[in-house]
Amino acid sequence: MSSKAITNQQLQCYHCGETCTSGKIHLEEKVFCCEGCKMVFQIINQNGLCDYYSLNERPGINQRIAARKDKFAFLDNNDIQAKLVSFKDEKQTHVTFYLPQMHCSSCLYLLENLHKLDEGIISSKVNFTRKEVDIILLNRQTSLRKTADLLTAIGYEPYISLNDLKETRPAIDKSMVYQIGVAGFCFGNIMLMSFPEYLGVDASEAGLRGIFRWMNFGLAIPVLLYSALPFYISSWKSLKHKFLNIDAPIALAIIVTFIRSAYEVISGTGGGYFDSMTGIVFFMLAGRILQDKTYRQLSFERDYTSYFPIAVSVLKDNNEVPTTLPEIKTGDTLLIHHEELIPADGILTKGKAFIDYSFVTGESLPVLKEVGEIVYAGGKQTEGNIEILVVKEVAQSYLTKLWNRDELKKQEETKSVSFVHLLSRYFTYIVFTIAAITAVYWGINDSHKIWPAVTAIFIIACPCALLLSNTFTNGNILTILGRNHFYLRSAQVIEDIADIDHVVFDKTGTLTSTQEQDIVYEGDPLTHIQKQRIAALARCSNHPLSKALVKYIGITHDMQVPGFKERTGHGIEGFVEDDWIKLGSGEYVSGIKAKDDTTTVHVSIEEKVRGRFCFSNHYRESVNELVHDLKGNYQLSVISGDNTSEKENLKKILGEKTTLLFNQKPEDKLDYIRYLQQRGKKVMMIGDGLNDSGALKQANVGIAVTEQTNNFTPASDAIIEAKKISRLARFIHLCRANKNIVMASFVMSIVYNIIGLYFAVQGTLDPLIAAILMPSSSLSIVLLTFGSSSLLARSMKL
Amino acid sequence: MSVIIILLIASISVAGLFLAAFLWGVKTGQFEDDYSPSSRILFEDKPASATKSL
Repeated sequence: MSSKAITNQQLQCYHCGETCTSGKIHLEEKVFCCEGCKMVFQIINQNGLCDYYSLNERPGINQRIAARKDKFAFLDNNDIQAKLVSFKDEKQTHVTFYLPQMHCSSCLYLLENLHKLDEGIISSKVNFTRKEVDIILLNRQTSLRKTADLLTAIGYEPYISLNDLKETRPAIDKSMVYQIGVAGFCFGNIMLMSFPEYLGVDASEAGLRGIFRWMNFGLAIPVLLYSALPFYISSWKSLKHKFLNIDAPIALAIIVTFIRSAYEVISGTGGGYFDSMTGIVFFMLAGRILQDKTYRQLSFERDYTSYFPIAVSVLKDNNEVPTTLPEIKTGDTLLIHHEELIPADGILTKGKAFIDYSFVTGESLPVLKEVGEIVYAGGKQTEGNIEILVVKEVAQSYLTKLWNRDELKKQEETKSVSFVHLLSRYFTYIVFTIAAITAVYWGINDSHKIWPAVTAIFIIACPCALLLSNTFTNGNILTILGRNHFYLRSAQVIEDIADIDHVVFDKTGTLTSTQEQDIVYEGDPLTHIQKQRIAALARCSNHPLSKALVKYIGITHDMQVPGFKERTGHGIEGFVEDDWIKLGSGEYVSGIKAKDDTTTVHVSIEEKVRGRFCFSNHYRESVNELVHDLKGNYQLSVISGDNTSEKENLKKILGEKTTLLFNQKPEDKLDYIRYLQQRGKKVMMIGDGLNDSGALKQANVGIAVTEQTNNFTPASDAIIEAKKISRLARFIHLCRANKNIVMASFVMSIVYNIIGLYFAVQGTLDPLIAAILMPSSSLSIVLLTFGSSSLLARSMKL
Repeated sequence: MSVIIILLIASISVAGLFLAAFLWGVKTGQFEDDYSPSSRILFEDKPASATKSL
């Protein structure tokens, strides 16, 4: 292949699959988009791991932005090491790294072959769902830092955050899975051994029947004492809070059924209802597990500690000392490297800060700070290194304080209560009334029948059908939403979503895309070659506006830019093929301070001002559809940390009735949500950044928008992928339907209950009838809930 | 009829074995990551010399 042929077609990088703009970087016959990708290929090739490329096409991670050389210097610090490693002795170290870049079987292959890249690594094992790799390394031959550097070199930079400093990581609770295993085992065997009871046994084999009964008795004990534990615990907890939840009558029914059955077996009067009892426990646990199915790879509980780095460089006597964040004291001087996060509020003492606050405040463009100005924690330095003098410790900084506000913690306790509990309460009252009437009736007519009749009522009338329909519907809806990249924290969020009547949007990153900008050129027309020259100049700069400009124009020619100069925060200039081009602010380019209401980049060629590029936010394509769907049923608001430049645009999209608020600080957003709630609104907040975190927590439903679920998202009730946001209206609709489905199946279960009660009040509940009623009602409810929710989702094209 | 008792014991112990296997599987995390084992088994461990040249 000649090099000309290469440049003529759209070329994809052999490593990461991105378009190669220059087409000049290649090795053998493979083309790369950047030197970083080429280097990774070389490492992989030299070590005979090229299966990496044959398992999946272009599986790599783009390396255009190289990581800083000493980024992991802090891993040499013993205190930090001690917090990160899971095991360490003189010979070995065991450590688990979180690698959010992991995405395919090639990643798996490469990461499990780390020992071929470094002799000091004994083994590496990937947990794909958690995106973690467990590494065992030899202390003598390698170190934690070298391992982290190696991972970074092959494109899997470990994500180590302040959160990793916390002592314990919550283990996944598997007890309910054990419990359902035991319940399933006991239920199955009891069913089998109840057959003689159902079908009748000859009088000559009565002894055999006794054996079966006693075995059932024995098998039911683990279910009573172990599998049903979640129901006892939950009902006890709610009773302590003087609240009767759905688990209380269920726990009562389980215990009553067991006592009644045990009495029958011991007295030899009957076989009891062990099959029904173990059966409902099994089915109810199944529902619970389905409903609690969590998305392990997502975290809904993140706070600032998972966003902040674990350590920064503190300058002491001109030496960089890696220090963990909690140890940073007021008065320390921090060295913040290029692309690093500012961890504490401080005063800029050296260098020019060009800080990207988009994640913290919602401002879309980086802010220039001069020496002496205050910089707030949470911003990301984007141009070169700076030094800051800490004025507030990490925990006291503006952003972290906002997070720790007391009212946000208090809210946790007053969580909304599912309607199922209220419904089950009425249900329980009715059952008790029926039981009392039955007891009185038989007390007058035939006192022998009080005991069998009353216990039978409790057995039959347990609201397990309600619990089943609720858990199975919730579980299915969570699965459907998850399939559509909308992940809920828990099943309760479904009901919370169904109740909302006001939707509040953040602007930056939510309605607009942070990755794209709309650009319009105003001024003297530019020729094609002039545009190309401008792009060539802009390509030399890393400023977001320059990058956007390059993307907008699109480079077709490769040009050298001698004499390139960049003045941070002002503009760039240089010679491009004999033209002296300047790009930047009005003041920088023409010397006249222009009042721009929007973000602009002015252009001059050969000292003659030609015009300006106007930048505006790029609204996601789906916003129009979304707003159209929501407008009719909900009130909408937009709260933005950005300036008012987008007001007209937003009005056009969202209509006149929508409340638009600009220049909102994080606490303003929180207060606005609270203001709406005080007026009786149920608010859904949709945001993406740390600046929305307070509002997301305060809102009845907080939804975090993310481009990629691997990315950091603030604590929220739900996470939605940005490209699916247009479906939000349909998601809400599905959540609303949830309640109707539960109610419908509940009504059906009441029919079963009435049939059962008909026998129960007469004191003639045959074990066979119970054995047929229980599973058939449970199964039909499961089928109804699953079927109707799936059908509905299909009709909504979800 | 004693044959039924023997069958009973046999069937329950077989079921018990399965229960134990299930509990062991959950405990050792075999249900946690359902992606990597299925891919891992397909990776070939070629001799290092053969793969050096692409």
